[in-house]
Amino acid sequence: MTANIREFPGTSINEQDFDDGKILYNFDKLNGIYAWDTGIGIGSYLASLKNGVLLGSHCKTCRKVVVPPRTICEWCFRPMNEFVPLKDTGIVNTFSLCYVTWDVQRIKDPEIPAVIDIDGASPMHGIMHMLGDVDPQNVKIGMRVQAVWKPANERQGSINDILYFKPIEEK
Amino acid sequence: MGMRKVAVVGAGMTKFVRRAQETPKELSWEAAHMALESCEMTMDDIEAVCLGTAPDAFDGVHLNGEYLSDGAGAWRKPYMRSYVGGGTGVFVPIQGWYHIASGLFDVVMVVAEEKMSSFYPHAQAAFLTIFDHTTERPLKPNLLWIFALEMNRYMTTYGISKADIAQVAVQHKRNAADHPCALLGDANITLDDILNSEVLAWPVQRFDVSPVSDGAVAVILAAEHIAKRITDKPVWIEGVGWTLDTAYWTNRDLAYPRYVEYAARMAYDMAGIKEPRKEIHIAEPYDPFDYKALHHLEGLQLADRGKAPELYSDGTASRTGNMPVCPSGGLLGVGNPIAAAGLMKIAELFWQLRGEAGARQVPGHPRRGLAQAWGDLMQVGTVVIMGR
Repeated sequence: MTANIREFPGTSINEQDFDDGKILYNFDKLNGIYAWDTGIGIGSYLASLKNGVLLGSHCKTCRKVVVPPRTICEWCFRPMNEFVPLKDTGIVNTFSLCYVTWDVQRIKDPEIPAVIDIDGASPMHGIMHMLGDVDPQNVKIGMRVQAVWKPANERQGSINDILYFKPIEEK
Repeated sequence: MGMRKVAVVGAGMTKFVRRAQETPKELSWEAAHMALESCEMTMDDIEAVCLGTAPDAFDGVHLNGEYLSDGAGAWRKPYMRSYVGGGTGVFVPIQGWYHIASGLFDVVMVVAEEKMSSFYPHAQAAFLTIFDHTTERPLKPNLLWIFALEMNRYMTTYGISKADIAQVAVQHKRNAADHPCALLGDANITLDDILNSEVLAWPVQRFDVSPVSDGAVAVILAAEHIAKRITDKPVWIEGVGWTLDTAYWTNRDLAYPRYVEYAARMAYDMAGIKEPRKEIHIAEPYDPFDYKALHHLEGLQLADRGKAPELYSDGTASRTGNMPVCPSGGLLGVGNPIAAAGLMKIAELFWQLRGEAGARQVPGHPRRGLAQAWGDLMQVGTVVIMGR
């Protein structure tokens, strides 16, 4: 930094300053409630999840099958309106053993988020979901997994209609 | 292409702190004021202002650009806030650059500010809304997931160990010990400190992550004829590049940041750089996580795929090495007030290339440097090349 700058601006404060009443603040809560329309691509995806099927879409020009399905091909910018059912099995592309929740609470048993390349989609095309029914220490990239579905009468047309993916027992 | 030359002629920054007493406006003003002082200019000399700040959610204010406008000196001036997630800090000087390169303005002030501490209980929860609301958010993701998932894929694809990656955190935090604005500088930190820190989302541990911070940075850009009147040490913006990859992040290769490659190639072409590994003397890749510095060095073509850790283990990346990486201390050491952190890298190159970086000065009169940032949901790459 230029040699003539001795003191940089910015005042650091900490929790103690709040407890001591040195800092005044205004506490407020934002209230955001939304109802998102699912549209045509994702709407079809959710409807098919309700029926226990993972759906992708196929671009005839690029010869790609993507998941989740969408109505526009990003590669050629043409419509992509051919939906194709995929298998509910796949390969663990990557995973994490997560010991904190979304609001930074510590947890003992890790959540296992993963990207799962879905069988029937183009290579390296997958979805994010959770792994379950597995010892966290035994999860490996490249492991084959299968969706564990909610019972049919409890499905709501949501990504949570799949509870998690679990390893396929190799014969 | 008929573009005018643009130089950085002044820079200023606040300390990066976990929680600042100053409001976002006050932080912006402190940095802007200091940048103006550094080149003996006043607001009357500034024709337009570019502001960079990341999600509105941190401040809880919609139209955050307008909210920050008085602190950024925007009153009665052409003014616009740009936002490309974490890439903002290196995009906003690009915005300023094309204002001047195009011939529209001669002098532009670029301000980047972030105050993350206002969000309760933790700024991390503000990131939940970057995930797709229908297909991903019902899984209750947190921001760490995507980094952990990408890091694991990167490690597994190339057989890179946790220790290979932890040396990045060690070096950056040690470098930051020499930065007067740094939040997490530590001259004595060791590899074991990193590897033994709390596991958050394996393979990501606490010291692999940059801290939530508050801070602001500002730089003054000027056209050639003005720059040469203001200073005998202008630092030129020689190349810029930016690219967006698919937002369907689970539908692409996570081990290699192609969008960084495209952004870098755009910038190298503009700067006339054919052999980046020889022609870039200082690299400031974006390092919110230690593995990201490696990932980005590979995307920037400054290392072969999977080989970036070697730059650290053989000393190339150290401050006295052949291609110092993050001599500032980076986001891991100085801190990560998102947009301000990217612009901090531009300010660092400005000081380094002028020989004004004090204890952090890279020896050997470096001639050219590169700053890069990355953001959105892991798919935007922004690159600026500066030289003297």
